Amino acid sequence: MTTTTPVMAPVPGEADTRGRVHSRAERAQKRLTSRTASVAAIVIAVLWTVPTFGLLLTSFRPELDIRRSGWWSMFTDPQFTVDNYNQVLYGGGTDFATLFVNSLVITLPSVVIPITLALLAAYAFAWIPFKGRSVLFVAVFALQIVPLQVTLIPLLSLYVDSGLAGSFWTVWLSHSMFALPLAIFLLHNFMREIPPSLVEAARMDGAGHVKIFFQVLLPLLTPAIAAFGVFQFLWVWNDLLVSLTFASSPDTVPLTVRLADMVGSRGSDWYLLAAGAFVAMVVPLIVFVALQRFFVRGLLAGSVKG
Amino acid sequence: MTMRARGRRSAVLAGGLGVALVLAGCGADEIDGGGGGGAEAAADSEIDCAPYEEFGDLEGETVTVYTSIVDPEDQPHIDSYVPFEECTGVDVQYEGSREFEAQLVVRTQSGNAPDIAFIPQPGLLANLVASGDVVPAPDQTEANVEEYWDESWKEYGTVDGEFYAAPLGANAKSFVWYSPAAFEEAGYEIPQTWDEMIALSEEIAATGAKPWCAGIGSGDATGWPATDWLEDVVLRQAGPEVYDQWVNHEIPFNDPRIVEALNTVGEILKNPDFVNGGLGDVQSVASTAFDDAALPILDGSCWMHRQASFYQANWPEGTEIGEDGDVFAFPLPPIGSEGTPPVLGGGEFTAAFNDDPATQAFQTYLSSPEWANIKAQVSGPGWVSANTGLDVDNLESPIDQLSAELFQDPEAVFRFDGSDLMPGEIGAGRLWTELTSWIANDKASEAVLTDVENAWPAS
Repeated sequence: MTTTTPVMAPVPGEADTRGRVHSRAERAQKRLTSRTASVAAIVIAVLWTVPTFGLLLTSFRPELDIRRSGWWSMFTDPQFTVDNYNQVLYGGGTDFATLFVNSLVITLPSVVIPITLALLAAYAFAWIPFKGRSVLFVAVFALQIVPLQVTLIPLLSLYVDSGLAGSFWTVWLSHSMFALPLAIFLLHNFMREIPPSLVEAARMDGAGHVKIFFQVLLPLLTPAIAAFGVFQFLWVWNDLLVSLTFASSPDTVPLTVRLADMVGSRGSDWYLLAAGAFVAMVVPLIVFVALQRFFVRGLLAGSVKG
Repeated sequence: MTMRARGRRSAVLAGGLGVALVLAGCGADEIDGGGGGGAEAAADSEIDCAPYEEFGDLEGETVTVYTSIVDPEDQPHIDSYVPFEECTGVDVQYEGSREFEAQLVVRTQSGNAPDIAFIPQPGLLANLVASGDVVPAPDQTEANVEEYWDESWKEYGTVDGEFYAAPLGANAKSFVWYSPAAFEEAGYEIPQTWDEMIALSEEIAATGAKPWCAGIGSGDATGWPATDWLEDVVLRQAGPEVYDQWVNHEIPFNDPRIVEALNTVGEILKNPDFVNGGLGDVQSVASTAFDDAALPILDGSCWMHRQASFYQANWPEGTEIGEDGDVFAFPLPPIGSEGTPPVLGGGEFTAAFNDDPATQAFQTYLSSPEWANIKAQVSGPGWVSANTGLDVDNLESPIDQLSAELFQDPEAVFRFDGSDLMPGEIGAGRLWTELTSWIANDKASEAVLTDVENAWPAS
């Protein structure tokens, strides 16, 4: 195919609009680079980071210090130890590497399955006219209202009856179900944003649904997919409730469940939580930092019109 | 950018996703295949296999156990099953979770119940029996319990006259922690009666120090340590009969004897001369977390702290526990008489969710003195059973030995922690919040108990 990006004919009045946008952007830029704005941004950033910073310091303090005083006393009486990390990584009955692998094994399909299904559904809702389309779309999005807590016991009964309980399928399927309504909604809105002329031009060139989907829409959708992917990844990685209910057999248990149990039967080991939190945070942090530019762009693109 | 370049990139993306799916599939297989290991550290003692032979050939059977006991206390449990597994060939799979209470109900309701669960509250056991999930214990287990446990323990595993669950572990709550070294240096004696204890407190207070430290903070369970105080005093002051009537709501919650008991607790917990050593004023009792409340004993700013034997796990690493160590505990003395003080305690019960022979054999093993002794040998400090067949010398920590002696003393009256027996909305709700405001807002004892009485669910 030798299509090139179609050049839009200049619409009367657009230059006008663009000029206004331009000056508005300029004004915003001027305002945001002013000294007071910078100071405000720094203050907010510092306030936002202080608890995390305190947690980081706490994770390196000896047990007795953690239990007796706050992290700020580290400045007057600096005492570092990596015992907490040792305890978190090697102290437990379960191997931490296994937990990491379990978390990954749970998370990746739980991200891929809903995105794959939602892309297909969103395409149909956006570009294939059929009877009852808008009713069905509203119905799908309305599922978003159902709190996932009420589905736990019925779902688990279904899994037990069909012999899936105890495998990873239960978590994969559950996470996919809970993610689909929002995924379809976001991706559908994003697909609607793509100018119809683009799709029509492809259709004129003889492209079918499959070709349009893969060669016209998918490349444009990358930021939206990445944004939702990050969103879903963080949600699944940090999830406790779903994995506790569906994946709590000893072979499938993820990091979060172990983290919740780390404080001991009577809560006497709570000083380990800071170190545990940082260990669990590593992967989401990498994912978020690596993909954050998609995250911001994709979210705006999917939801804000105009 | 041209279409072609975009296309290539999306192909790479799709390929990557495919690889991820394949990898994920492999991971699942590996993990499914590799389960069931563990329990390498075998207990060195042999047991008599005969009692389990009458359950038939159990080779290759699996029994799943679900409990609230998590790392690091779970490993001794797993290790203690090894002799049974060697005898019968049964594979026991252990699983612990701190969300046990909620998840057990979820699992039984969705038909995914474990074979055996260790239930720490008789109230929860009664609920599960009512929903028809728990099956009665086999005769062999019942015989063990009758032979080796105090009558009151069997009572707590019985619902509507049918015996369901044998007791497993236990903990004694009626202890006062103190520093033996500090007591010796100051020339204080361990009080044998309540009056002696108050006299000692006054003596310490006269030196300008605060004799007691206490804390009832515990996140959304704030208040429970105060319920133990109240129960202990009711049991001592009003006696076990009144205690039972009170817990079963056969007398009003605000009965004058209960009000009197709460006032007796207040003489310590709400006395500004007595609390809160090293932590602040009376109000600080409500705001201090229970796990940190006894730490001032270590630096000498507090002398006594009433808390269960399991508090030994909360002392910082390196604290020596024992009669000659840094800290130790004496039994909370009786009120109005000398002699053996009553014991308030808690424990777990083994409930079974099916009557497979393997499950029943394992239930019987857990109720046997052999198991209790093996468990004692493989456990670190912090585990006791009320099984009278338990040899006290097998226990490692002096406080556990002391607890076991109390449990085995035929003179000592045992009562289960009342707040675990009351309906959940009282024992794990209203009573906590009311006792918290009793301290934090100085609410009057009568008003506190009357409000709990009014909140008691009608049935």
